Amino acid sequence: MSLRTRQRTGWSMAFVVVIVVSLVPVFWLLMLSLKTPESATDGSFIPHHWTLHNYRDIFNQSVFTSALRNSIGIGLISTALAVLLASSAAYAIARLNFPGKQTILAVALMVTLFPQVSLVGPLYNLWRQVGLFNTWPGLIIPYLTFALPLAIFVLSTFFREIPWELEQAAQIDGATPFQAFTKVIAPLAAPGLATTFIIVFLICWNDFVFAISLTATNAAETVPAAIAQFPGVSQFTQPIGDIAAAAIVVTVPVMVLVLLFQRRIVAGLTAGAVKG
Amino acid sequence: MAEIALEHITKRYGDGYEAVKDLNLDVADGEFMILVGPSGCGKSTALRMVAGLEDITDGELKIGGQVVNDKTPKDRDIAMVFQNYALYPHMTVRENMGFALKLARTPKAEIDQKVNEAARILDLEQHLERKPANLSGGQRQRVAMGRAIVRNPSAFLMDEPLSNLDAKLRVQMRAEISRIQQRLETTTLYVTHDQTEALTLGDRIAVLRAGVLQQVGAPMELYNRPKNLFVAGFIGSPAMNFLPAHIDGDVVKLPIGDVHIPDALRARLEAGPGGGHNGVIAGLRPDDFEDAALVQDKGTGTTFRTKIDVLESMGSEFYAYFTVEAEQVTAQELQELAEEAGTTDLPGQEGTQVVARLESASKVRQGQEIELWFNADYLHLFDPENGLSLLAE
Repeated sequence: MSLRTRQRTGWSMAFVVVIVVSLVPVFWLLMLSLKTPESATDGSFIPHHWTLHNYRDIFNQSVFTSALRNSIGIGLISTALAVLLASSAAYAIARLNFPGKQTILAVALMVTLFPQVSLVGPLYNLWRQVGLFNTWPGLIIPYLTFALPLAIFVLSTFFREIPWELEQAAQIDGATPFQAFTKVIAPLAAPGLATTFIIVFLICWNDFVFAISLTATNAAETVPAAIAQFPGVSQFTQPIGDIAAAAIVVTVPVMVLVLLFQRRIVAGLTAGAVKG
Repeated sequence: MAEIALEHITKRYGDGYEAVKDLNLDVADGEFMILVGPSGCGKSTALRMVAGLEDITDGELKIGGQVVNDKTPKDRDIAMVFQNYALYPHMTVRENMGFALKLARTPKAEIDQKVNEAARILDLEQHLERKPANLSGGQRQRVAMGRAIVRNPSAFLMDEPLSNLDAKLRVQMRAEISRIQQRLETTTLYVTHDQTEALTLGDRIAVLRAGVLQQVGAPMELYNRPKNLFVAGFIGSPAMNFLPAHIDGDVVKLPIGDVHIPDALRARLEAGPGGGHNGVIAGLRPDDFEDAALVQDKGTGTTFRTKIDVLESMGSEFYAYFTVEAEQVTAQELQELAEEAGTTDLPGQEGTQVVARLESASKVRQGQEIELWFNADYLHLFDPENGLSLLAE
């Protein structure tokens, strides 16, 4: 065996190990969700009795359906706001020269590194004082504080890659500033905006720390928090099947989304890192 | 079709820096005018002011007799070719070329007809449905040209359109641009830092230095009658040699020997601005040297012996480098040119290096001593004080 093929087999095996390690839990979750509640803890990996009972069960519980509604609503609003505000900020950072430009980017990066847990306590007290506890804005605001800096960071690297000379070329070609933006710049910026949208949405969608601490009821509880609060059949049983089914329901769409856009997302996260 | 007139055009930035100073330039209808100068001389800024991409601080800009200072680029009826082409990456070649017409709400059939016509001229017909990313550098350049052509504008503005191409393609596209411009007879303002491009393309050339216009004229006029040291040193390749000299009656005392001033030169010198009593800077073009053995009629020239340090064979000619025992001449203009060429930090050498262009029939060998002849008719003389030519035009 030559060195090259040996290297290749070595790498392939490493990849297989990584993929197995990361996908087995998901697969296990899927299998759990397809078991009957009684056989959930029977120790076998493959269900003896295949059933969709758990899925029917969670969609019949208002805890889950309202949580799903909250998750989608809060996620979309936070993301839309973040992308809208961040794109203006990133546009300024990419295009204009003003003092403190680098500082803004540095502070943005710092905020994304800030440990969220340390904010939960103060926010809990503050939100109860001002009446934002267990409301949509009560989650949207903290999500924005973390999503905005990341969005600004990703978008500004995207915007920096747009050849702005095109705007002038369009002007020479007879376009008004508005036409230059809609017909030339916007189509070029769209992939960047879409990628940022997905990245930010995932952050909001997956958040657990804020969701579990700042909500209490169906009014604002998101799916990750709701799953943790699923009631069992009796107070001594764990609703394992329901939890697994709910986890699959919220994970699969996200996985599909990421797989579809993975190339762009990777490009977005590394944009500007290496001059292409 | 239109003429472009720049009248006392000035560009001053917020920090007081003047990129273009009181520029006066008339580009006649259908003329191919080149703006040339080293980087940072304000030539691109001047072009962008004509395009309307840059505000004019002072002065008046007229296109086709109309003052257009306050008009947006879209109302100036000009087309521009950018240095990096600025093609729209999300559009096909056809859409790129037709974009301006589409914005002007031209009927689709007419757009197609004009784009096809331009594609035929530029040999782009088989690439019309491709995106810029899938084109070679030369093809992209042609698309950028095509985008300008289809509009049939009153003027073309070109900002170093060939500088991103490799050397061979550049020569080819240079001829192409010249051909297209002659065929369309559209007024063209062309910016470049490459003096060869300027000489080969332009009807007239305007040389800029630090925002100030140095000289405007036909290529041969600039080559043969440079008004100052800067133009003399900038135009021509290899560049003009400069040597310290003294005028003593009918003789110019050069480090390579005494040169008797021919009558024609004397007349121009007497009609000139005068000065140079404390010595002059003599300019000798490499072309005006020759292997003395090959010169039949030595006429008004002068011969001298020298050792050839380096001999470069170009096939059709030789470049012979030799050293003259003389202080290197110093002048602000020449210093700038050296900085532009990046030759200021070359290792120091004794004396001044001179380059001569010799016929390929010459028997010259590297390291050999040889008799060279210089044609005094084409001697240039400059005042070291202000760098101006001492010769009348």
